[in-house]
Amino acid sequence: MEDLGEIVGEFLMESHENLDQIDRDLVALEQEPGSRDLISRIFRAIHTIKGTSGFLAFSRLETLAHAGESLLSRLRDGVQPVTPTTITTLLATIDGVRNLLEAIEQNNSEEGVDVDAIIAAVHAQMNAPADAAPAAPAAPAAETPEPIAEVPAREAPDPVEGQRRPLGEMLVESGAAEPSDVGSALQAQLEGDERKLGTILLEEGKAQPAAVSEALQAQTPKRSVADSAIRVDVDLLDTLMNMVGELVLARNQLVRGVMETGDSGLVRSAQRLGMITSELQEGIMKTRMQPIEHIWSKLPRVIRDLSQSLGKKVELVMEGKETELDRSLLEAVKDPLTHLVRNAVDHGIEDVERRVAAGKSPEGTLTLRAYHEGGHVAVEVADDGAGMDVDRIAAKAVEKGLLRAEQIPGMDKREIMAMVFQPGFSTAAKVTNVSGRGVGMDVVKTNIERIGGAVSVDSTLGEGTVWRLNIPLTLAIVQALTVDCGDQRYVIPQVAVLELVYIDGTSTKIEYASGAPVYRLRGKLLPLVRLDRALGFEVGGDQGVYIMVLQADGRRFGLVVDRVLNTEEVVVKALNSRLKDIGLYSGATILGDGKVGLILDVSSLARRSHLAADADRENTIGMSRATGGGGTGERLLITAVGERRVAIPLDTVTRLEEFPRNRIEQAGSREVVQYRGQILPLMRLSHVLGAYSEAEEGDTVSVVVYSEGGRSVALVVDRIVDIAENSTTARRDVEEDGLVGTAVIQQRVTELLDVRRAILAADPNFYREMSDEMLVEA
Amino acid sequence: MASRQFATFEVADQLFGVEVDTVQEVLSYNEYTPVPLAPPAVGGLFNLRGQVIAAVDLRVQLGLARQALQGPVMNVILRGDGEPVSLLVDRIGEVVDLDDDAFEPPPDTLSGPTRELVVGTFKLDGRLMLALDANQAVDTYRATT
Repeated sequence: MEDLGEIVGEFLMESHENLDQIDRDLVALEQEPGSRDLISRIFRAIHTIKGTSGFLAFSRLETLAHAGESLLSRLRDGVQPVTPTTITTLLATIDGVRNLLEAIEQNNSEEGVDVDAIIAAVHAQMNAPADAAPAAPAAPAAETPEPIAEVPAREAPDPVEGQRRPLGEMLVESGAAEPSDVGSALQAQLEGDERKLGTILLEEGKAQPAAVSEALQAQTPKRSVADSAIRVDVDLLDTLMNMVGELVLARNQLVRGVMETGDSGLVRSAQRLGMITSELQEGIMKTRMQPIEHIWSKLPRVIRDLSQSLGKKVELVMEGKETELDRSLLEAVKDPLTHLVRNAVDHGIEDVERRVAAGKSPEGTLTLRAYHEGGHVAVEVADDGAGMDVDRIAAKAVEKGLLRAEQIPGMDKREIMAMVFQPGFSTAAKVTNVSGRGVGMDVVKTNIERIGGAVSVDSTLGEGTVWRLNIPLTLAIVQALTVDCGDQRYVIPQVAVLELVYIDGTSTKIEYASGAPVYRLRGKLLPLVRLDRALGFEVGGDQGVYIMVLQADGRRFGLVVDRVLNTEEVVVKALNSRLKDIGLYSGATILGDGKVGLILDVSSLARRSHLAADADRENTIGMSRATGGGGTGERLLITAVGERRVAIPLDTVTRLEEFPRNRIEQAGSREVVQYRGQILPLMRLSHVLGAYSEAEEGDTVSVVVYSEGGRSVALVVDRIVDIAENSTTARRDVEEDGLVGTAVIQQRVTELLDVRRAILAADPNFYREMSDEMLVEA
Repeated sequence: MASRQFATFEVADQLFGVEVDTVQEVLSYNEYTPVPLAPPAVGGLFNLRGQVIAAVDLRVQLGLARQALQGPVMNVILRGDGEPVSLLVDRIGEVVDLDDDAFEPPPDTLSGPTRELVVGTFKLDGRLMLALDANQAVDTYRATT
């Protein structure tokens, strides 16, 4: 009985995979009705399901699959043409099969699923008047469906197909080897010769190398189907992933300890360990990666059904379907993505008449696009539909009380369009059963933000809309800032942090609007939340604290903390279920010192602190800036720092200079140089990155001058190597402050410098002082 | 005669015990991360070989004042329901084999928070051991709701 359960389980899993494939094939078949390949493939898949269900005695499933198979065989034999109606009937059949499989999975029986209606519909299709089948006038118009018993006579897919054929057999067949030689070689293997058959034949001169390699090649493609992939239990992968997370932590602790000893041999070993750990981590992460195609594959069907019911024509284009994401993230992205696609078909793309009237092609195009970008995966849903009317959105937002009319002139287009993500917002003129109930976009946003991602929308009236999801590569490890509050340390995911402001109490200070703390950020009031108050601690002073400007749920606010320590990668641990209900923490992690640190949930922090819903709603203008460069196609300055190659985005570079070594002066603990009447602080990248710099020789040093907001800093490198275009995809591998990741540029592994973070790591005051100045300017 | 093994420990000079097979391990630990806004019985979190474990202060569960959590505190780590939970106790006792005839229901005179955690009393030589219901003992919302 136990065994049967296993067989059923395997059957279910296999069938689900088959069904997804059939779905795709059917939709494709509608596009090219003449494709016999597609029909045969669908036929085979259904035939397999029918065969197995008969063997397992699921009679309803068998009958249904049989009905579908009969209809398909008529399509295949050209007795009946492929029409949208037949496709719809076949899709309905597949849905019926799916429902039955679900029932079997849950109750182990087919009870409660009625498939008679579907079977009747299939039969009706087959009994349709003969004029529906002009190609086959001889076909009997009212042929009764064949009884089940007759069908198995139809040729089953060749069971040997897809398995590898023995090499010897192939060699003998092609005349490259004598049957007797193969026989004796096989005998040798049986007697314990561990060499491969081909090797034996070659070494004994019984076959030509070319013939053997040809035969091996003929074998290989078959093998890639059968043997090159194995199924691995997801739990096992999760366990491995956790253990690698531990390894990363242990590595971090070790490296920290070793650095303090200053023993260069040990440091080298630690660095090697670090590299191996990173590779291992990446490898394990890869095993959990699946191409986004997995969730996209369901969409052609969704779009077909929906566009047909709405009387629209939609062509689906998929770009970058091989882009990979962690499977847990993929799962989380599935529903929001489906919603966006439905929404685009329902509201974005116009119906045929309106498109023609607007001078567009009658068929709308929906483009799904996925690509890597700076340690994130971007997924776009773009349509060439009517676009969004910014004025209407603004008017609606005012009407719904989400915005005040006087706020509108000060907002830019994207800020206004972001209003569609607010709960209760829907501009659909009429409510359809597809979308427009005012639930959805806010749920999309919430779901994506829950996994540490972000959503945005851009649209041009009359030309179309692009929805963009920014998704982290993995859930388990996040970039985070550690902060101090009271005597405790907390962790804040970096994705929520826009900028940091230091409050010294004189040039920057916290003000109170009737008791509510605010800060003037570049002239605009930023509502503040005191972390100590939010956590129920004693409330500290307003001086010498930091404001973290955070973004969550479309709200921007400042979090007041005592100290900001550093950024690091943390491994997210699930929080004990007892503590989840508090809502303030999204997880916990092990900090570098081995203590447990709590990861703050920024959006619930905002909610809990009663930030009024209509408090200053600003959007993320500086957001993309803050997350740093590393995109594709940008121009990079390649420099050498010790043995490492470090790339700096060229657009952040002001000048390249050579300074005579004797012009470097000391100001306090820092090195400076006089430059164009200014004092320019020098920062050695080798120190920031912990790299070994080449021995100090030569009379000059090479520097890269970086300026922002009227301030400059000189980054000291060993050599300027080249300027290159970064066309490869940035590979996320951040283990040190100041790096966005690594990429292969000009066949060499090159680290991508995050200039802002590198500067911050070396001089936490650089931006702080700058924002002070900007405040003065404002 | 049926007998059961209990892991024993002391809180406020009272001997308690839980069945041995509910216990994952016993260890003393120094550093706990407090969890602000958590129920008062949550003593803190600590790192058990890379796993984040919540420590429940048995004193609070028994209606007493919190443990100070300065210096090493003994933890009895219970397997829990899929996730280990720790009980903070004063002292660890030994593992004892107890016959079922040494068992009696909790005395009627026992009342207050302790009564809800205790499933019975075992008569040991010279002292009494209260058998705890492991699930109740780590239910941090019990005391507050």
